[in-house]
Amino acid sequence: MIQENSLEEEKLILDDIASRLKAFGREREELIPILQMIQERHAYIAEDAIKMAAEYLGIAICEVYGVATFYNQFRFHPPGKNHIKVCLGTACHVRGGDIILENFERKLEIRDGETTPDREFSIERVACVGCCALAPVSVVNETVQGHMAPSKVEGLILGFKIEKEKAEREKKKSEPAQ
Amino acid sequence: MVTLIVNKQELQVDEGKTLLQVCLDNGIYIPNLCHIHGTDNPSASCRLCFVEIEGEDKPIPSCTVKVKDGIIAKTDTPSVRRLQRTAFKLLMSVHRVDCGHCPANKKCELQRIAKFLKVGLKPKYLELRLKETEVDESHPFLDYYPNRCVLCGKCIAVCKDKHGRAFLTFAKRGLDTVVSSYGETDANLPCSKCFACIRICPVGAITSKDSPRQT
Repeated sequence: MIQENSLEEEKLILDDIASRLKAFGREREELIPILQMIQERHAYIAEDAIKMAAEYLGIAICEVYGVATFYNQFRFHPPGKNHIKVCLGTACHVRGGDIILENFERKLEIRDGETTPDREFSIERVACVGCCALAPVSVVNETVQGHMAPSKVEGLILGFKIEKEKAEREKKKSEPAQ
Repeated sequence: MVTLIVNKQELQVDEGKTLLQVCLDNGIYIPNLCHIHGTDNPSASCRLCFVEIEGEDKPIPSCTVKVKDGIIAKTDTPSVRRLQRTAFKLLMSVHRVDCGHCPANKKCELQRIAKFLKVGLKPKYLELRLKETEVDESHPFLDYYPNRCVLCGKCIAVCKDKHGRAFLTFAKRGLDTVVSSYGETDANLPCSKCFACIRICPVGAITSKDSPRQT
């Protein structure tokens, strides 16, 4: 079911990209604007989107991949329901931001820039969110979490899991009533 | 013809060549990894071919210097050697030293340079930072070993030169940089017969799937 959903979703995304590509020229300098358009509209660049861009501009697929992976602004996985940004700016770096990132990565079993297979969580590393006094900082779904610590990482993720279970239980409860 | 002096030896050479090329042609070895014979556009990325030229205040990569009359160059001054040893140690700090299992063993440029500079293959005082992926087997005909690769870019250049477009590219960046053949999975790729990238690789980072021992 999930598989089918995501396939359908991907088809919609690709159709949208195809219709928007026409607005761009076919010179190679259009590559980054095209990638930015895809990223902006769909929050990530799928494998087939890379192929599409390469075909449209008449350049090698691997060349598009090389350019896209060079820039941090491009993601290759769809964002999760809960998006976690870990700050690794100067202040957060000094206060151990990399340890926080590693904690999230280990706990969720994904690397930064990736999404969990159930699409619940995704991790992104960012450089300064503007509240260095609270270092190390993470931003979870637009909520700033200051003074991060390994125990807080556990707590946050546990909180989301409990919330999800609760929602599922309630859904089950309400279903027979309908 | 121009006349120049390298290590007190007078050389008479044709114009238009680079200092590195001239030295190599005349039996004066300068360590190098990213230099390709006959290219006008050196990447100068390996930072190994430094020389000191009279009149210049700092050592410069000899692959970026076109020969002209009256150049007086030295290839073996202490500051040149210091730069070369540092660059070499940095290269080795991201290199899996496992020569016994490497197809480039005994013809590897890194072994030659280590011997020439009189430094070990293991980088002392530097942390070893290897990549997680030991071998990338995604290409239909080639295997790629990120921890052997020195990222000289010669495979990419030779591929582009031979086929008009490169089937290989640099991907990612910084310490994560790799050579990638992403998306090039077509069975009709010229790679099954070409192998130019394998031949030009100075370290055995690319091998053929058919005969992994071939370099």
